[in-house]
Amino acid sequence: MNIFVCVKQVPDTETKITPTSDGSFIETASIKWIMNPYDEFAVEQALLIKTSNPAANVTVVRVGSVKDTEALRTAMAMGADDAALVEAGDSLDSYSIAKALKGAIEKTGKKPDIILAGKQAIDDDALQVPQILAQMLNLPSVSVIVGFELNGTTVKVKREVEGGALEVYEVNTPVVLACNKGLNTPRYASLPGIMKAKKKPMAQYSLADVGVSDADRRVKYSQFKLPPEKPAGKKFDATDAAKQKEVVAQVVSLLRTEAKVI
Amino acid sequence: MDFGLSTEQREIRELALKFARNEMIPHAQEYDEQGKFPKEIFTKAWELGLVNTCIPPEYGGTGFSAVDGVIISEALAYGCMGMNTSFMANDLALLPIVIGGSDEQKKKFLTPFTQEFKIASFCLTEPGNGSDAGGIRTQIKDGGDHWIVSGEKMWITNAGYADLFVVYGTIDSNLKHKGISALVMDPKSPGVEIGKKEDKMGHRSSDTRGVKFNNVKVPKENMLGLPGEGWAIAMATLDHSRPLVASSALGGAQRALDLSVQYSKERIQFGVPIAKHQAVQFMIAEMGMKVEAARLLTHKAAWLCDQGIRNTEIASYAKAFASDSCMQITTDAVQIYGGYGYSKEYPVEKLMRDAKLIQIYEGTSQIQRLVMARELLK
Repeated sequence: MNIFVCVKQVPDTETKITPTSDGSFIETASIKWIMNPYDEFAVEQALLIKTSNPAANVTVVRVGSVKDTEALRTAMAMGADDAALVEAGDSLDSYSIAKALKGAIEKTGKKPDIILAGKQAIDDDALQVPQILAQMLNLPSVSVIVGFELNGTTVKVKREVEGGALEVYEVNTPVVLACNKGLNTPRYASLPGIMKAKKKPMAQYSLADVGVSDADRRVKYSQFKLPPEKPAGKKFDATDAAKQKEVVAQVVSLLRTEAKVI
Repeated sequence: MDFGLSTEQREIRELALKFARNEMIPHAQEYDEQGKFPKEIFTKAWELGLVNTCIPPEYGGTGFSAVDGVIISEALAYGCMGMNTSFMANDLALLPIVIGGSDEQKKKFLTPFTQEFKIASFCLTEPGNGSDAGGIRTQIKDGGDHWIVSGEKMWITNAGYADLFVVYGTIDSNLKHKGISALVMDPKSPGVEIGKKEDKMGHRSSDTRGVKFNNVKVPKENMLGLPGEGWAIAMATLDHSRPLVASSALGGAQRALDLSVQYSKERIQFGVPIAKHQAVQFMIAEMGMKVEAARLLTHKAAWLCDQGIRNTEIASYAKAFASDSCMQITTDAVQIYGGYGYSKEYPVEKLMRDAKLIQIYEGTSQIQRLVMARELLK
């Protein structure tokens, strides 16, 4: 059984984001990169499947810059068998990333049975890649899964819907699944795991190798800027009972004309 | 010259810090208050390979360098200096076996620690002998086909939970240092009497007890090296362990610095965050300077160990400077927090209590200075 896990490297949640001076992207030089937290659930699920199917092979795939390979190394230290990395800038759009992932999976020569990913990346929050990838591979997909059970060539997954209700799906493999928090508890990479990960194979491809070009870009970022600073709130004094009516009228009028919330 | 960490070392540090943040910091206060031994957390740390870092790969260890060891220990002490004392005590007890044990002894005593979770204690200090470790009075007598140990030990970390003791005693107290010998002992041997848990000012989660040996029989093959070689083994152990102890102080100091930076940006006085006041800035600058200097000394002391170069002088610099700095930095952290800092609601008073012990154990700051002077003036 071949399990693929798509992971993304995202800025650490405590990173202070600054746009580049020309606004084309964010400053990445001093960012500490981590594995996208939702992808940790995907890696853990792959490793749990491997525990009950020891012959299964877990490959982690990532598209992004090669300067820092933290996410792939962490996944291999947790127990993934090998990795594939497509070298690309960090500002690709969802379509190009999905196409590159598809290309990388095909390049490995292994036929996927289960492809797992996090439900979204916490940097751009696009929530698109697993679905686009499934479409490109012509495979079924279920997103936001919080339960997983494998029975031969079918998987039973649970997904959360509004109001805390659960939908239960039975899908045939191969399948693309986008994982949510609550699916499992990701393990730590162990120290021996970190040492072993050094020796695990990591294939490296260029975007051209996996058939992706600039023409594939569907979304271009026009400008990055920080949200405007919040102006200080206005205070109204209504301690004088005689003036309360007037103050309330003033507040209501400002909420209409200035804040435009009512 | 390279001051950077390798990719693996950065990953090791990240993992250890993640463990400290998720598994240690949230529980540190509770364990401190209740004086509870962190057995579950210790076990988890063992499962991830964060403890017993001194065991060589030939005997089942991961194969860490001394520098790797101090990187891990600093991160764990960042989580809790008290818990880290328990973790570190394992290494302190296993090091004499790594240093002075035969191949057979290493297989017999070290490998089990890599196969299942086990706890060890280093039994050197006695009620009457702390800094004057050479004045050991615990007797080791030749009983024919075994050794007979009688005497008393004090301030033994992990004693109430230990699966293995390394005990220092003398075959003849007239021989002074030359009579000191080291034995591996099973704490469950008849005649071993484990004392009550000490109620300490800090490091309250670590288990500290007195231990009595009432004519305890120890197999002949459990002696590390020859009779009389114990002192050399103990001293070589301390050369390895002092960088570890220094790194523990360093972890506590780094935590105090991080908390101070965070709090000083939040706390408003005179209409601005207190970090805008120069008096506070100076304290924080001092903290940063000392943390960095302590880290350089600690890493160098460990690096010398890895190079096989005698590090006695630098290891003493590292241990004394890091622990004295930790005391100063944690005291200033309480100062920066003001009244809140003195309350148990906030984390810094515990750091200040914990810091004190590191100036005392494994050679007081004063003993370290004696060692330094001896090295400098010889």
